Amino acid sequence: MPLILTPPLKIQTRVQRSLRCLTGQAAGVVVRIDPMMQAPVTNKLYLSIDNLWKAFGSFLALKDISLDIHEGEFICFLGPSGCGKTTLLRAIAGLDLQTKGTVMQDGKDVSNLPPSERDFGIVFQSYALFPNLTIEKNIAFGLENTGRSKSEIAVRVQELLELVGLPDQGKKYPAQLSGGQQQRIALARAIATKPGLLLLDEPLSALDAKVRVHLRHEIHELQRKLGVTTVMVTHDQEEALAMADRIVVMNHGVIEQIGSPTEVYREPKNLFVADFIGEMNQIESTVTKGGRLSVGEKTFACHEHDFADGTPVVAAVRPEDIIPHEEGYESDDPNRNCIDVLLHEMEFLGSFWRCRLRNERFGKSELIADFSINAVRRLELGVGRTMVIEMPIDRLMAFERPEAS
Amino acid sequence: MSSPTTNLTTMPEGPVIKGKISRDDIIMRSGMIVIALYLIATLVFPLYAMLSKSFSTYRFELSQYEFQVSDEVGVFDGTILTGSELNAQTGVYEDLDLSTGSDGRLGVTKFFPDFSFRSPVMYQIRNTAETGRFLVGSTLQDSTEWVTLDSNTFRRVQLRPMKSTGMDNFINYFSTPALFNSIKNSLWIAVVSTIVTVTLAFWFAYALNRSCMRYKGVFRLVAMAPILVPSLLPGIALVYLFGNQGMLKELLFGASIYGPIGIVIGSVFFTFPHAFLIISTALAISDGRLYEAATSLRSTPWRTFWTVTIPGARYGLISAAFVVFNLVITDFGLPKVIGGQFNVLAVDIYKQVIGQQNFEMGAVVSVVLVVPAILAFAIDRMVQSKQVAALTARSVPYQPTPNAKTDRIFFVYCCFVAFFIIGLLAVCQFAALIKFWPYDLSLSLNNYNFDKMDGGGWASYFNSIKLGLLTAICGTAVVFFGAYLVEKSNGFRTGRAIFQMFAMLPMAIPGMVLGLAYIFFFNNPSNPLNAIYGTMAILVICTVTHFYTVSHLTAVTALKQMDREFESVSASLKQPTLKLFSRVTVPVCLPAVLDISIYLFVNAMTTVSAVVFLYSPKTTLASIAVLNMDDAGDIAPAAAMGMMIFYTNAAARVIHLLASRGILKKTQAWRAR
Repeated sequence: MPLILTPPLKIQTRVQRSLRCLTGQAAGVVVRIDPMMQAPVTNKLYLSIDNLWKAFGSFLALKDISLDIHEGEFICFLGPSGCGKTTLLRAIAGLDLQTKGTVMQDGKDVSNLPPSERDFGIVFQSYALFPNLTIEKNIAFGLENTGRSKSEIAVRVQELLELVGLPDQGKKYPAQLSGGQQQRIALARAIATKPGLLLLDEPLSALDAKVRVHLRHEIHELQRKLGVTTVMVTHDQEEALAMADRIVVMNHGVIEQIGSPTEVYREPKNLFVADFIGEMNQIESTVTKGGRLSVGEKTFACHEHDFADGTPVVAAVRPEDIIPHEEGYESDDPNRNCIDVLLHEMEFLGSFWRCRLRNERFGKSELIADFSINAVRRLELGVGRTMVIEMPIDRLMAFERPEAS
Repeated sequence: MSSPTTNLTTMPEGPVIKGKISRDDIIMRSGMIVIALYLIATLVFPLYAMLSKSFSTYRFELSQYEFQVSDEVGVFDGTILTGSELNAQTGVYEDLDLSTGSDGRLGVTKFFPDFSFRSPVMYQIRNTAETGRFLVGSTLQDSTEWVTLDSNTFRRVQLRPMKSTGMDNFINYFSTPALFNSIKNSLWIAVVSTIVTVTLAFWFAYALNRSCMRYKGVFRLVAMAPILVPSLLPGIALVYLFGNQGMLKELLFGASIYGPIGIVIGSVFFTFPHAFLIISTALAISDGRLYEAATSLRSTPWRTFWTVTIPGARYGLISAAFVVFNLVITDFGLPKVIGGQFNVLAVDIYKQVIGQQNFEMGAVVSVVLVVPAILAFAIDRMVQSKQVAALTARSVPYQPTPNAKTDRIFFVYCCFVAFFIIGLLAVCQFAALIKFWPYDLSLSLNNYNFDKMDGGGWASYFNSIKLGLLTAICGTAVVFFGAYLVEKSNGFRTGRAIFQMFAMLPMAIPGMVLGLAYIFFFNNPSNPLNAIYGTMAILVICTVTHFYTVSHLTAVTALKQMDREFESVSASLKQPTLKLFSRVTVPVCLPAVLDISIYLFVNAMTTVSAVVFLYSPKTTLASIAVLNMDDAGDIAPAAAMGMMIFYTNAAARVIHLLASRGILKKTQAWRAR
């Protein structure tokens, strides 16, 4: 699989947007056409991480991590809890030094520098606003002792308050603001000194769902406007897909895949990524002649892969990629992957139906498929019906079977 | 990116990244080192000095001296006799007589039964060993040359002991029943007082937390009153009540209050607030849902009490028991006043050091006293760490329901306890205002003429206030800054762990032991810190160190509630940590800072045990004055001074309350939503 580090600008954003239309259906992301949202990603390497290791006693939290980040990029570290993403962020910040490996920022080796000698702003999940200082003083905290006059600081603070959309809250104390507002102030404080790198440590996790969606859009917009290279840690895949230029999927201290949201979603490199991001049906199968996947006595054509004949693999297909057909539908083309199934259960999820499908070839496990409301109406689908489904050849993928199973 | 061929199970060889130390790190670390050095100089070194003192033995080595006696006309015949031969001939000194202290002196004329200072007989004496020493008058002779003396001068010869290291002092201690009986006595009164106090305090706390009786606030206030007075004050009240001319002497049916009875009653009085606070906290955090479950399962109240209440409060009860045990066994003031002939360890130290000037034996008793104190302390810490783990965020506070019958029983019980506490204080105040008990009962303020009594007069009262204020200010600064450095600095793990250990140590060290250790360390002329001996400074340092642990824990608890990321944010904004400390940490922790300062002030006002060895005529203290006036028989003025301490502390508490309310209103506006 070719790994494109920086896809051409316009294509990338267009793809992302269309993807957001797809994945954002439940969350209700509004896509605005805004010239300011053009990603100012350049080809200049800004942050370079080489062979990073982090040990806590005998436990290895980061194993040989290497990663290049370009200027102006929005990078998400995505992974389950304990995968090492926060550890990596803290190593970049210098808050917890890595055990081995180098970090280069803007052409300078910062591997062993304390946080105060690096160039970054940081926002934490807890906001970490100073509770006894007003909003203004919180934002001004980093501007003091930098040679700026009081009036300059006041102007800059007001500018930042307007930037985060809270122009008249400066005299209040943090406890008087809502969680979302506090997080915006934390963001304003972090970018007040115009750092070259913005680090966000699960900035949205403490907020409730509505605010989270709203604020993630604002952070994204702000990052585009400022063009600041940004690294965000999150365990929320939707957040990562919606915001990032590139996603770094991590697990057990290693990077599983780096790629644009579309890449990690459409072309997962392994079963972990496929399973962690989005929904994925998994069917145990074996590679047979011509690279086809056999399940029971039936074989399916699938996406390209490098497995040799006879290799036990997992065949995987996303619920939304399964195409429904009426009962008795037949296709002569063996590459269409048609199979008849029993519609065992249907769940209405607003904009689509989630259906559980059974076929004795899959054993006890059920296939999950998301059918549009239109399709359900057109095919008159209902629980107990038999029907035919099609798994498109380029959407059926083969992955190495994990050792445990 | 990692390729599958890379071995990901082991880290490659090679040097580990060493962080560059930032300017802030340097400031934080040097701050920590300064405070650690302070603790070493004021705690570790003195304790070491004391420990080594307990193993130092002094003995007159008679075999190291040689003597010659001339005839009537002053001619020596050349016969040389060693000191041990002379002693064998005459048998004047038993073996035990030859063991002594560092200041021991031994006359030699007793070796010569015919000695007369008027006779013309001449004497010669010399050391046989290089290390030998003897005095002629006040002149030290440490050479091995013969010294010729006439008999008038010879009677002024005194041998000096040799120092060696060994267990002799301990052997001596454990072979003297008068001394080691105190261990039994101390343990006995500590155990009895613990049982009584914890029982009383448990039901008192239970009534306040689990019943709907009235006047809970008043009872809470009364329960805390004993903290404001020196531990020896209840002793004085008991003397007035049950002493030889006591008002209620008959109630004892001939038993004497001077002894274990008095010590136990007084100990219950002064340890009650400590036990009450701990148990009350344990009862307050019990989970209401468990009681709902018990009720819905139709459990009887009796069964609920034993299956829910007691297990829920068990850590509090155990912790309270060990705290009380520790307080009683290390207390000095109370047994000094009312102990009579009943010897306990803390008083033994005082008697050995002040009474007999036997510093080595004082050190031995100290070591003996430290053992149970450290054990009790260690168990208490273990139990307390478990208590925290038992708390969950989902607990629902228990809401008591009114019950006329039990509420009345609890009310009567609390009145009884409150009467006991207020009663003893009232007796003291009454005694202070009576002209001459029991003969002239008219009221007068004569007993407040402290300047006419022993103990330092009113000056000692003002000295105490000065000590209290200095301790509160300096102590709070040192403790809070130290706690901040330990809690919020990065890396430097070993250093922080050692610091943490030093900070916990003072609580396990009884005041008497600390005071005595200070003598050994600071009164040593070769110590450069010797200059502070006998000044107010040593009293302040000693008091701060003595009460370091609780203050430190209060500060740490407050600091732990601060967001861990403040320091990270501040560093990312390139601001010095000390700016964050002064602008954010101190203002936010101000309530805790004020609590530490009032704690230090009140304790500085009431403490007796550590400072009793360290005050000088210029730095007499009110609490010591109570002790000394009582010692001199001026019991009424002692009571008057004790009550002055009580009123001062009460006033300090009120001022503290008002001040903190005022300051909090100003600085903690952000707390309001």
